[in-house]
Amino acid sequence: MNAFLAILGRDLRLSLGSGGIGLPVVFFLLVATLYPFAVGPDGALLAKTGGGVLWVAALLAALLPIDRLIAPDAEAGVLDQYAVRGVGEEMIAAAKITAHWIGFGPPLMLAAIPASAMLRLDGETLAAVELGLLAGTPGLAALGVMVASLTAGLRRGGALAGLLMLPLAIPLIIFGAGSIGDFGGGAFRFLAASSLFLVAVAPFAAGAGIRALRE
Amino acid sequence: MTTSLTFSNLACVRGGRVLFKGLNATLGPGEALLLTGPNGVGKSSLLRLIAGLLPAYAGKVTYDGRLALSDENPALDPRLPLAKALGYWAGMDGTGPGAVSDALDALDMARLAEVPVRLLSTGQRRRANLARVLASGADIWLLDEPGNGLDTASLALLERAIAAHRAQGGIVVVASHQPLGLTDAQALALEAAE
Repeated sequence: MNAFLAILGRDLRLSLGSGGIGLPVVFFLLVATLYPFAVGPDGALLAKTGGGVLWVAALLAALLPIDRLIAPDAEAGVLDQYAVRGVGEEMIAAAKITAHWIGFGPPLMLAAIPASAMLRLDGETLAAVELGLLAGTPGLAALGVMVASLTAGLRRGGALAGLLMLPLAIPLIIFGAGSIGDFGGGAFRFLAASSLFLVAVAPFAAGAGIRALRE
Repeated sequence: MTTSLTFSNLACVRGGRVLFKGLNATLGPGEALLLTGPNGVGKSSLLRLIAGLLPAYAGKVTYDGRLALSDENPALDPRLPLAKALGYWAGMDGTGPGAVSDALDALDMARLAEVPVRLLSTGQRRRANLARVLASGADIWLLDEPGNGLDTASLALLERAIAAHRAQGGIVVVASHQPLGLTDAQALALEAAE
């Protein structure tokens, strides 16, 4: 538990210090700003499609921090030092997922408020998007750490990470965007279930990835 | 619990190639082992194998005590001041800031405590890496080329730190090209297998 908290604190400090939180948020807001330019200022159309756009933006924003989640620690020997101290790889992965979510989920939920104004979303839709992000971002964070650990040892891992992560995120985006139309219904439950599944599986997959990096 | 480190009939295969096989050593409190041999013969792999970072192809490693490893990777956050970067590991090892300042004193780096790690020179970074091992309070030190990039004065400090660790009943395993002043150390010369 001590090691979990230490890793969590260090990763949070690193993501705060290196602009790791700002970048996905700015990207998310930028997409929400650009979308009305692309489809025109038709309020009804924006309000109808805006929720889905926010989900796509959140997914793409989740790709940005992937290359700094695992690879720098692997190169600097930090993961080796954890291993020498007997810290389990699954615990490292779980701590990294938690830290990544704290630096990614809540800031994105805050950014969704101004973004929804730019897309002319009404209050009810905004509430559905916020609830959806609350349920879905842990899954995105887990997926991010998992993919980061699998691609950390590769050259140009960043490009591959996108190809690997986006298909795996399909359930999140389908049920996330679907939950906007039917508030609190089946889609939202499926969103929460897929997110929970990813959070449950990712520490083991990412742990195996971290172990494989040492070979 | 007395500190000990034993490996028997140890073999390592990397990328389908046998690096070494049939290595044996038994170390008790205060003893040291010096690994020598040409480049690429597997000295670093042997240290990583003892540390549990690589699986042994054959044979096994047993030890009593805590391990600390110093290899070519600093594992220190470049943006943090040196003392804080070392403090992260000391905290995880349960030794704390006192051990960090003792380690910095032992390696004559106390005046660098507030300097960010990224501004340290190569030799200073190397010493910082050793300070991490000193501050860990571990019983068994695994040092991979600890003398690389160190000046004469720092080498003397390193030798003194190793001697002090052994005097307290610690074990040291060193892979080194340079002659280090290790008194009555066991020597293990690795040679190319096959």
